[in-house]
Amino acid sequence: MSIISISNLSKAYDDRTNALDEVNLEVNKGEIIALLGPNGAGKTTLISTICGLLTHDTGRIKVDGYDTITEYRKTRRLIGLVPQEIMLEPFETVYDTVRFTRGLFGYPENRKFLEDVLQQLSLWDKRNQMIKELSGGMKRRVMIAKALSHNPKILFLDEPTAGVDVELRRDMWNLVDLLKSNGVTILLTTHYIEEAEMMADRVALIDKGKVIFVENKDALMTRMSKKELTIKFKSPITKIPGSLSNYKLVISKDRLSLMYVYDTKASRTGITRLMRDIADTGFVLEDLETSQSSLEDIFVSLIRK
Amino acid sequence: MNLYAITAIYRFEMARTFRTLVQSIISPVISTVLYFIVFGAAIGSGIQTIDNIHYSAFIVPGLIMLTVLMQSVANASFGIYFPKFLGTIYEHLSAPVSFLEITIGYVGAAATKSFIIGMIILATSFLFVPLNISHPVWMLVLLIINCITFSLLGFIIGILSNNFEQLNLVPMLIITPLVFLGGSFYAIEMLPSFWQTVTLFNPVMYLISVFRWAFFDVADVPLIYSFLATLVFSLICISVIFWIFKTGYKLKS
Repeated sequence: MSIISISNLSKAYDDRTNALDEVNLEVNKGEIIALLGPNGAGKTTLISTICGLLTHDTGRIKVDGYDTITEYRKTRRLIGLVPQEIMLEPFETVYDTVRFTRGLFGYPENRKFLEDVLQQLSLWDKRNQMIKELSGGMKRRVMIAKALSHNPKILFLDEPTAGVDVELRRDMWNLVDLLKSNGVTILLTTHYIEEAEMMADRVALIDKGKVIFVENKDALMTRMSKKELTIKFKSPITKIPGSLSNYKLVISKDRLSLMYVYDTKASRTGITRLMRDIADTGFVLEDLETSQSSLEDIFVSLIRK
Repeated sequence: MNLYAITAIYRFEMARTFRTLVQSIISPVISTVLYFIVFGAAIGSGIQTIDNIHYSAFIVPGLIMLTVLMQSVANASFGIYFPKFLGTIYEHLSAPVSFLEITIGYVGAAATKSFIIGMIILATSFLFVPLNISHPVWMLVLLIINCITFSLLGFIIGILSNNFEQLNLVPMLIITPLVFLGGSFYAIEMLPSFWQTVTLFNPVMYLISVFRWAFFDVADVPLIYSFLATLVFSLICISVIFWIFKTGYKLKS
């Protein structure tokens, strides 16, 4: 069941750049969907339009069945947004700035709830500190605390781990897991494909304002994924023998390996026959290695198309 | 109506005032005391009375208006410009808040600060001159209306400004001259006839005139004109703000 429904959404900026071009997207309740795409593809524009930061030219956005224009109060209360950039009032304390956001979203102060949010993000000890006194990583946590201050059903994370250290990134992933287990729907934009690969249930690829495809991540990886077998030898290979010419093998730069790419879904991978033919050539094997193409490899190959 | 949002904005803005107490409240009071010394004691010693009112007392309504109008514009314009400058305006735009609620929060806080300053200046005035306010309730009502109206103007300036220079441009180049030339420190009839006519086009003159009436029961222009001028000015400000939020001008692209 979809919680966000976007139909025929278009948006052009003043310079007539088509930031969004007839975008259609359904986001399911409780899922994590990763928006992938190169810089300027329209990911942030799409998020900003759903949240109300930008106006769209045509099309319609519904959040939990409510229209984002005519019923904006209902839709916005459901959404928490963590923007790409850190934007905070430097002279406010951590607690006050989070309480402010909760108030903006129409909720009375709830000290217990805010304490839980700040504890979750390791900010409770710093609640009385001014924002300007915090490190970049801590400020990023405050941005997340603000987005969670009204207990949203949907969370937009726009490049949440850009420029953060390993510890915070890991904390963020743990938090995303926890939110997902609490039924929060998460829409994530990221440049770290590994992040999407690890967290997302579905992946939407956006380029030039268009949604190229939306697909279950695992299905995509299975469909697009190739495996590579690296066969290492004791001594260098100068030329691929004629008996192996049908396998489309590639010699490595150091000439000590042969690479064989195969389709995991094919009825016959050809590996057994290849190994037998290599044994017939008299080459002495040293090692075997297999690797699978990552979401990043798939992403790059799709963008290039 | 999202009352929690209004309260949050109001509280946030008032907290800024108390964080910057010297700049927000003490500084305008010191300026006013200096005006009293310069205009009341030094220059005023050569004027004695205007409309049978001691000059030191005559300038009190003008002094209050001068500070209140400047502070209203400055507070409200800074209040909304700062989130724009920092980028934190994204929160307001993505929250379930209407233009009216945002305006009430910011303008309410700016007007409250100006009103507090106005009252402090009035209290300070009692230390320098004996004052007998003829229409105290009207004086308070007019003070509140002017605080709100000029906070609305400041709010518009804050939204339309692209940088700090523009933020200061309108108060410096428009509000200050209008207040000084609006009879803050003199009666309009003291001007040559040509300048008297020119002054009739200055909206601030009507505000100061009616405010002085509340103090001393004397006015430069008929009261109805002053009330109309205040009403029209407020409506213009509200309409502009409504249009800005409706279209997202300078807020959304």
